[in-house]
Amino acid sequence: MSVRYSFGGDEHLFVECSDEMSLDAFFKSLSMAKGVRESGIKGVTEICPANASFQIKFDPDIIKPDDVLAEVRSIEGAAEKAEPVIKTRIVEIPVYYNDPWTHETLMRFRERHQDPTGTDLDYAARINDFGSVDDFVAAHSGSPWFVSMVGFVAGLPFMYQMVERQRQIEVPKYLRPRTDTPKLTVGHGGCFGCIYSVRGAGGYQMFGITPMPIFDPTQTTSYLRDFMVFFRPGDIVKFKPIGRDAYDQAVEDVDKGRFAPPIREVNFDLREFSKDIDGYNARLEGMINGH
Amino acid sequence: MAIKVLHHGLATSVQDLGRPGYFHLGIPMGGAMDRLALRAANLLVGNDEGAAGLEAVFMGPKLLFTEDAVVAVTGADMPPKVDGVVQPGWTAFEVKAGQELSFDFLKSGARIYIAVSGGIDVPEALGSRSTYAIGALGGYKGRPLAAGDELPVGASTGAVAGRSVAEEFRRGPGSPAELRVLPGLYWDRLTEEAKDGFFADEWKVAPEADRMGYRFRGGRKMSFVDRQQPFGAGSDPSNIVDSCYPYGSIQIPGGTEPIILHRDAVSGGGYFMVGTVISADMDLIGQLQPHKPARFVKVTMDEALAARAERKALIDRMRASLA
Repeated sequence: MSVRYSFGGDEHLFVECSDEMSLDAFFKSLSMAKGVRESGIKGVTEICPANASFQIKFDPDIIKPDDVLAEVRSIEGAAEKAEPVIKTRIVEIPVYYNDPWTHETLMRFRERHQDPTGTDLDYAARINDFGSVDDFVAAHSGSPWFVSMVGFVAGLPFMYQMVERQRQIEVPKYLRPRTDTPKLTVGHGGCFGCIYSVRGAGGYQMFGITPMPIFDPTQTTSYLRDFMVFFRPGDIVKFKPIGRDAYDQAVEDVDKGRFAPPIREVNFDLREFSKDIDGYNARLEGMINGH
Repeated sequence: MAIKVLHHGLATSVQDLGRPGYFHLGIPMGGAMDRLALRAANLLVGNDEGAAGLEAVFMGPKLLFTEDAVVAVTGADMPPKVDGVVQPGWTAFEVKAGQELSFDFLKSGARIYIAVSGGIDVPEALGSRSTYAIGALGGYKGRPLAAGDELPVGASTGAVAGRSVAEEFRRGPGSPAELRVLPGLYWDRLTEEAKDGFFADEWKVAPEADRMGYRFRGGRKMSFVDRQQPFGAGSDPSNIVDSCYPYGSIQIPGGTEPIILHRDAVSGGGYFMVGTVISADMDLIGQLQPHKPARFVKVTMDEALAARAERKALIDRMRASLA
């Protein structure tokens, strides 16, 4: 995996670990971004990890662009040798699949979709060779996802499904982006899942909605009082399908300040994971359930 | 002291010099699109140059002052008026309690900056008073101003009216506007012909131009070097595996219309970028009007750094002239 460096103007260094997505590329970029953060390079003001790349913002009045480049290059070798292990957390996110709000929205923008006759779930199930929407939902919620990037807009997680490439769900984005997406929609575009943190435009297919706020600028949500953004790159997400009653209950719990997302600390080891993906994922899921 | 908003103009928001540090979570730095203009306005009224002021685009607001204040309006040429009497731009003037500040039509540029002695004193959010409307964060209740809003103002600095910013610091875009670009990022996705066309063609600012980004049209459609699209990138040749977007980076979705990301940039996405507008020219973008012609000018990193130093020296001279 050869790393490509390019300057984004006089204030940014762009570091691409791979032009294609894989867990290896994600780990390498996360590891390098972490190395850059820990090295505390003078003049580096921001480090933004992405899926298979990351970006550094620097102040060229403090450090010359070529010196940033040299410092980051020197970290590359160490990152290559670093053990692919991260200390992170796994969180369970309830999802009301096929909910009325995303359904209303997808019907409103049907002429912008590849298949105007069905729903986004119907379409995604069919093109991914699932026999039914239920089978598709079972696959979507059946394995965990890595938060490979937080961004686009405030607090939005991009998620990468933790299964072999041939089992990953892939769907194109809408033919033309929608001008509206309900807040907390669980979406999918290309090989990436996402949760829309705010209401707004969007092009990802819409599968359901979570009752769990993930961005709260007012910081009144009980678990967002310390910081307004819930997700961090490297988080592991497990979706849990819920119905209308559980959704309504969760919304009420959030309002009353008693909703607590199930979260466990985990040490994720990419080598162990790769040896037995389903077994490893089952153990991760067991941890959420307190095993 | 407070300012009552009688009319909000088109889109008027509280902005300072922004909140760097949260782009890795999708929260952009925000802040004045034309930072030099905000600095100038603040210095004229005796504020810290990073104090919060108002940014208004294309059309000015109508504001009622409840106490005496010293005010300065910089940026675009849109004459301010106090109770209907025109005041000079880039100059500190008095507004008495009970008087109305309004604006004449826009003559050139796009955004004005209104500084009030004491600064707009909305609460800070993540270290800044800038409005990030998409995230309902900062500014006045996380949104652009609306009629009926009452803006708190900080303690007056004892500024006096009459001071003015010299002509040499009041720079607007030329015609065509020239934006200097350092090619890079995914530049090599383009064919040689497309690379030449990007810099040779004259572009026009599209109506889709806001704090997030400026779109351009009118140049040739891009052609791409053939490749098998990488896994996870998406099928269009302009797609990449979603990556971070630098401030000032130029993406060309579908290879048709370049978009320059500005202060309220989305932090990343799946469109390839051809390069980045240099830091010295970012302010200029905030003063571009739709339908105005623009050209992209290719520069090297050394030229970008020289332009940055020149810009910094200009701001230093302006600061000294108002000290």
